[in-house]
Amino acid sequence: MATIQPVAGENEQHPDVALVERVRAGDIAAYDELVRKYERQLFRIAQHITQNREDAEDVMQDAFLKAYEKLDQFQGNSKFYTWLVRIAVNESLMRLRKRRTGRMVSLDEDVETDEGSVPRDLADWDPDPEQQYSQAELAEILRKTIQGLPPGFRVVFTLRDVDGLSTEETAETLGLSIPAVKSRLLRARLQLRERLTRYFRRRKASTTKGGTK
Amino acid sequence: MTCTEFLALLDDLIDDEVTAEMRADLQEHLRGCEHCEVTLSTTRKTIQIYRSHEIYEMPAGLRERLHSAIMSRCKKGC
Repeated sequence: MATIQPVAGENEQHPDVALVERVRAGDIAAYDELVRKYERQLFRIAQHITQNREDAEDVMQDAFLKAYEKLDQFQGNSKFYTWLVRIAVNESLMRLRKRRTGRMVSLDEDVETDEGSVPRDLADWDPDPEQQYSQAELAEILRKTIQGLPPGFRVVFTLRDVDGLSTEETAETLGLSIPAVKSRLLRARLQLRERLTRYFRRRKASTTKGGTK
Repeated sequence: MTCTEFLALLDDLIDDEVTAEMRADLQEHLRGCEHCEVTLSTTRKTIQIYRSHEIYEMPAGLRERLHSAIMSRCKKGC
C-alpha cells in the first residue's frame, strides 16, 4: 500500500532549486547543504554499480565536483537529484569500464539471468525475519543478495524502491525506456525475494533434517 | 485470472497503480491462491527490508575529504 507521493505541487518550487540559485550566486554553503542531503544516496548508487568501495568513494567525489562545475547546465526542468544521479551513474560506468580494461559497460543490456520472473520458491517467511539476525549479519545478507543481480537491475531497484524515484524519473536518469525500467524492476524484486527466502523462510517447528544446504 | 496474469500486475499492485476494478480482480485471485499471496507479501517485505536498512555506510572521513575538495575547487573557480 505504501506509495511515494509527489513532494510538491506543480506550482511549488522544489527546495533544491532555491539552493542551486544560491550556489550560482556564489554561496558555497548552499552547495554543502546539497551535498549533505544526497551524499548517502550517491555513495549507495556508486557502490551498487561499481561493487568496489574505493571506486564508489571516487565516483561520489567526482560526481559532486562535476555537478558543481556544470551547475550552469542544470536547467531545472528535472529534479536536481535526478540530474545529480545521472552524473554519478555515468561516472560509475566509466570506472567499471576502466576496471574491465576498456570493455563497454552499459545498463542498457537486457541481461538474461538464469532466474526468470516466475517465482519458484514459494515458502512463506517468518513473521519477523529481521529478528533472527544482528544488524551486521542482516546487512551482510542484504549485500550478498543484491550483489548477485546484474548492475542494471541493482540500480533500478535502488532508485525506485530505496530512493523512491518514479518509474519515469528512473527511466530518464538511466537513459532507459519505461518498459525496460518496469521489466528490470519486476525481475529485481522477484529475484531478491527468492534469494532472501533462503534466509527468511518460515522454519518448521519439528523436523530438523540437518543443515540448510 | 491466472497466476501469470496476476504476476504481470504485481508491480502495479505493489505501487498502488491499479484501478479499483483491477484491484478487486486481483484480490479475488488472492483469496483462492496461497502462492500468489505469499509472493505478494514476501515481495513487499523485500522492498521494505531494503528500504529500512542502509547496507552501504559511507566511510568515515569521506564527507570531510569531499568538503575540502569542493572548497579548494571553489577558491579557484568562484
